[in-house]
Amino acid sequence: MSSAVAARLPRLLALVPYLLARPGVRIDEAAADFGVTDVQLRRDLELLWMCGLPGYGPGDLIDLSFDSDTITVTFDAGMNRPLRLAAAEATALVVALRALVDTPAVLDTDAVQRALAKIESAAGLAEQAPMVVGLATREEAATAIVREALDRRRALRLRYYTASRDAISDRTVDPMRLLLLEGRSYLEAWCRMAEGVRFFRLDRIEDATLLDELSKPPAHARPTDVSAGLFRPAPDQHVAVLLLGPDAAWVSEYYPVDELVELGNGTSRVRMRYADEAWMVRLLLGLGAEVTVLEPPELAAALRRRAAAALARAVHLPAS
Amino acid sequence: MNLVLCLLSTRQYLSAESIRTIVAGYADTPSDEAFFRMFERDKSELRDLGVPLETGRNSAFDTIDGYRIARRDYELPDIDLEPDEAAAVALAARLWDSPDLAGAARGALLKLRAAGVDVHDEDTAVQPRVRAAGPAFGGLLAAVQAGRAVTFAYRRHPGDAPQQRTLEPWGVVSWRGRWYVAGHDRGRQAIRCFRLTRIVGEATPVGPPGVVQRPDGVDLLALVGRSSFHDEHTPSGTARLWLAAGRAQGLRRRARVLDGRAVDGVPGHLVEIDLHWPETAARWIAGHGPDAVVVEPEWLREMVLGRLAAAAGEPAANAGSTSAGVAR
Repeated sequence: MSSAVAARLPRLLALVPYLLARPGVRIDEAAADFGVTDVQLRRDLELLWMCGLPGYGPGDLIDLSFDSDTITVTFDAGMNRPLRLAAAEATALVVALRALVDTPAVLDTDAVQRALAKIESAAGLAEQAPMVVGLATREEAATAIVREALDRRRALRLRYYTASRDAISDRTVDPMRLLLLEGRSYLEAWCRMAEGVRFFRLDRIEDATLLDELSKPPAHARPTDVSAGLFRPAPDQHVAVLLLGPDAAWVSEYYPVDELVELGNGTSRVRMRYADEAWMVRLLLGLGAEVTVLEPPELAAALRRRAAAALARAVHLPAS
Repeated sequence: MNLVLCLLSTRQYLSAESIRTIVAGYADTPSDEAFFRMFERDKSELRDLGVPLETGRNSAFDTIDGYRIARRDYELPDIDLEPDEAAAVALAARLWDSPDLAGAARGALLKLRAAGVDVHDEDTAVQPRVRAAGPAFGGLLAAVQAGRAVTFAYRRHPGDAPQQRTLEPWGVVSWRGRWYVAGHDRGRQAIRCFRLTRIVGEATPVGPPGVVQRPDGVDLLALVGRSSFHDEHTPSGTARLWLAAGRAQGLRRRARVLDGRAVDGVPGHLVEIDLHWPETAARWIAGHGPDAVVVEPEWLREMVLGRLAAAAGEPAANAGSTSAGVAR
């Protein structure tokens, strides 16, 4: 076994039982199931052909029969079952299934429960997993209708609160998927008004109406890669440098920040991106004395102006 | 591959020497040293994959240990999933948005497919996702699995100076997308939960493995859920605000309109909102600047005006005195 072969070993070990279970499977189908190219799968098959039992004569080697683009195992050399799940594999699958049991509003948890019982028994995993996941996704008022729109592939009319602009708008969207992330539910959809793929937080949907027309996101509309978070730096964003006091330290955990320098006594300096100045001013006004704007000067000036206007208005207190 | 096939097919323990003679690939090794180096490497690769290599002797006359693979320990037990169960498994495997866990889940799917189960990995309407946990995750998980204590530098709050903590870890927990490790804090002599993003660098194992055991009946999710932010909460009271017409939509969504009212010539509404967390409410209301004015209670009004005065650059001492004039 060379090390290049070793990297392929898990696949090679699974390949013979896989083929045994599916006589005459198409090569492209098998390649897709293993997540490799057709060419790679053919290379694997050629290698398997040279493996077998000691003696390595015609009756000892794994034997495969090709039929243009399908394949059948004719001798398995005794390898007719896959290897047991490794501890990490069992943990990853079982912990995920246990997490899904906890989302009754959006999933068929009965099927999840049954699958979990079967996988647990096959994996022989001890009751105490080293890891637990609680998705804790809440059911929102819009959850049922968003699910229905996705199931029936229908467009939706939304009345939606956009927090960044502090505005409510009506729009028609073509639903793509319901994403459950960090305890929140997001509808990812093609927004016909913005002509782009957008996320809609379900707890910010004021009202949703199922339309008769079909959901038809354009072919180029792709789901967003959220592995680095929902919010990704965009080139047209502004950058603020802020001094955060101890009671505003949560800001650097709650919002993505580019740079964090600790200055002692719980004070830190951060660089933070923002798309909309009005949104940033709202955040800073609320933080009061716990934040100081170091840069840019326009933001500091806008903050002071807005605060002065608020103080002036508060003087005209409407007595009740 | 040939080594696995050979050891699976034998019920006898095979010595390294006989393996060298009969398994293809070993016979051409130029020296004893080269063979043993290769054999050791192959054995450790197989063990890393979870292949149960057994060592033992066939009889009292054997002078050295041999090797074999017990089929019952090697083979995945029979498993048969209904289509809806297979769909649930596919969805579960796609939960992980971190390379290690996603890779492990894919490895599990591969074996299930090899066991004859049809698991289709395709996009579904509902997609739960759990993102990676950061650099401390791997070490902590390994420590939990090994039953070993760990030590790490931890910030109690972001911006605080880190302090060294020593923990008997019971489990790694993801709660609403945030990762924690829970266990018995040796320094504090108490149960503690730690957010992984506040751990500086990686956790270092201390002491021997096998000493840490999670006490029976500990619910890790409940531990973390209790220590993290409380979502369900009954309101502690109400506040009356004035909101400018068409503005402060975020507040309006949670507000009940009582009356139309103009302030300083600006049309708007008198509204009522439920108060949950005073600090959060003050921050939220102050954020809307001149579009939201607190009418009552007075303590909330002062909290908001204090924040606004600070943002305006006024000395904090003046904050309370801003509430004065009355207009209708």
